[in-house]
Amino acid sequence: MTSREVVLQNVRRALSRAAGLLPTTLAAPRLRIPIMDRNRYSTLFGQNFEKLGGKCFFVREPGEVVPVLAELLQGKRVVASNAPFLAACGITALPQVQSGFTDREALRAACAAADVGISSASYALAETGTLVMLASPEEPRLVSLLPPMHIAVFPRSLMLANLDELLAVLPNPAEQTSSMVLITGPSRTADIEQILVRGVHGPGEIYAVIVEG
Amino acid sequence: MTGQPSETINQTLGDARLQLAIYSATNRLMTHRAGAVRADLLPDYQELRTEANQLKKHTIEHLDHYLELFEKNVVAHGGKVVYCSDSQEVADFVLALAKERGTHLIVKSKSMTTEEIHFNERLEKQQLEAVETDLGEYILQLAHQRPYHIVAPALHLTRYDVAEIFSKNLGVEKEVVIEKQTAIARATLREKFLHADIGVTGANFLVADSGAVVVVENEGNARLTTSAPKIHITVAGIEKLIPRAQDLGVFLTLLGRSATGQPLTVYTSFLSGPRRNNEIDGPDEFYVVLLDNGRSKLLADPEKRQSLYCIRCGACLNHCPVYRKIGGHNYPWVYSGPIGAIITPQFHGVLKDPWLPFASSLCGACAEVCPVKIEIPKLLLKLRAEVTDAQRRQGEGGVERLVFRIWAWVMTHPRIYLMLARIGGIFAPVLPKVGPLGKWASQREVPKLAKTSFHQWWRERK
Repeated sequence: MTSREVVLQNVRRALSRAAGLLPTTLAAPRLRIPIMDRNRYSTLFGQNFEKLGGKCFFVREPGEVVPVLAELLQGKRVVASNAPFLAACGITALPQVQSGFTDREALRAACAAADVGISSASYALAETGTLVMLASPEEPRLVSLLPPMHIAVFPRSLMLANLDELLAVLPNPAEQTSSMVLITGPSRTADIEQILVRGVHGPGEIYAVIVEG
Repeated sequence: MTGQPSETINQTLGDARLQLAIYSATNRLMTHRAGAVRADLLPDYQELRTEANQLKKHTIEHLDHYLELFEKNVVAHGGKVVYCSDSQEVADFVLALAKERGTHLIVKSKSMTTEEIHFNERLEKQQLEAVETDLGEYILQLAHQRPYHIVAPALHLTRYDVAEIFSKNLGVEKEVVIEKQTAIARATLREKFLHADIGVTGANFLVADSGAVVVVENEGNARLTTSAPKIHITVAGIEKLIPRAQDLGVFLTLLGRSATGQPLTVYTSFLSGPRRNNEIDGPDEFYVVLLDNGRSKLLADPEKRQSLYCIRCGACLNHCPVYRKIGGHNYPWVYSGPIGAIITPQFHGVLKDPWLPFASSLCGACAEVCPVKIEIPKLLLKLRAEVTDAQRRQGEGGVERLVFRIWAWVMTHPRIYLMLARIGGIFAPVLPKVGPLGKWASQREVPKLAKTSFHQWWRERK
């Protein structure tokens, strides 16, 4: 008998269940989505994002993104994801920005050496100040992870109320991507003497730029 | 109770620095939790607990179905599921895979399940380096210690201990500034992440309808472990299943708040299968090891199987007056505190550490804060009964039984009882100061007997 058969048989024996028996009906998931003015989402997101130690900028149109970030990016090595929205904002055209990676090793080397990673986001959650990152050819995983600073630039239309609204929009995230990551604040630890330290493995500094138009 | 707890308990109790460390860490975690589940911030808290309990109950009672559904969906997304009956099978699988791929370095993110099976030691014996990457776990691995707490593994160590451990093992100067210690770990481990071929994680949840592994963390080491190496292996107990991705709202809302008071931890990764066709990074191979290691035994008892609902938030440890005094290392296994006291005897047999279910004041704080409503005190009582029964079968516990038989006899013979009560009344004030009772009395206020007994008062009342 294989280990698979042994484990499943032991489970069934313990539960006195025959193979192939269907479970009893399970109540539909109860999603708790607050009724709230959608226009308030980005304000609430900004408050929560900053409470966690991030910094949030609001701009009216894509053209305003680069001026807002100019100072942060001065003299830095920057990697940007392939999200079309970043190109639309003019970020990928900046001289210090590397972008357009399609090869894993090249992307990894660039991210490991970069000071800043710029991505867009798939969604953002107002209630918790969370960025939702779905991995895709446009949005690799390491851009928001390896550099010590992460900047997410995205339109306000991606804002959702909370985790349950995300799960209502994406009932099964696995159908779309191999990796969905929720980012709620900068990387942190309190493993030594309960003292909070930011940037232990992931970025210690995070920024969000929300484009209103 | 017979069978003695570890001798080191007295050392822990007498170590003022350690007592302060445990006290302040658990206090902080309790305060954070209380602030996060406040009724004005989370009005549905009690409902969420009930829902989480019902979802776990349903899943555990139909576990075979959800295991197979999970497996089907992992395979559909290009991953593989490996069932393992015990720790040896897990080690064999990982070693064979590492050998086949010519791997020597494995990065790991915090996983209680791999602690449970001494994963690292098994691999090290075969010349495979398995590096813990959670800061606390990394420190413990260098110091050859096991986690002190499910959520705060190194809470018993100070920055000075860490300075010693780093300098001894990493060849760096003694550094006592915590930010700089963290930077040392970041730099050292970053190299490991970029050179490892296999990443091993645990799982907080296995989502049946998506074939997904959910991992929550604050540092980013689990993201790196699952994103940088070419192979990702999850090692998880079979009880980690939940039915649907949409159930995550309930569990994630409770887990972060119960553990550290965070509405969501910094990173929540929802991973299913290797990278898809056009994704630029992520692993090429994705394995989920489903480990039994005694869990199916626990399933057989309809009442005790609720021990498998645990989502490892650590809240019961923080709120336990026993854990808060004796700390994590005096418990016999990796799972400490109230949850350890109910699962350890079920995994190892009640006679291995018979004192364990008795090491509780049954105050009920654990059950009150448990996010999935495990009835811990009730299970402790049940396990106490099992210990006593097992000892009787072994011919132990004779003295205790004799004492209670005498007690029962006295209580059913009023005259004898009255006579003994009168004698007892005379000697009671001096009794506790001698013999084994003296030890007991030295830490407590001895209850004073009334001048007149109830019987006397009743007779003399008019």
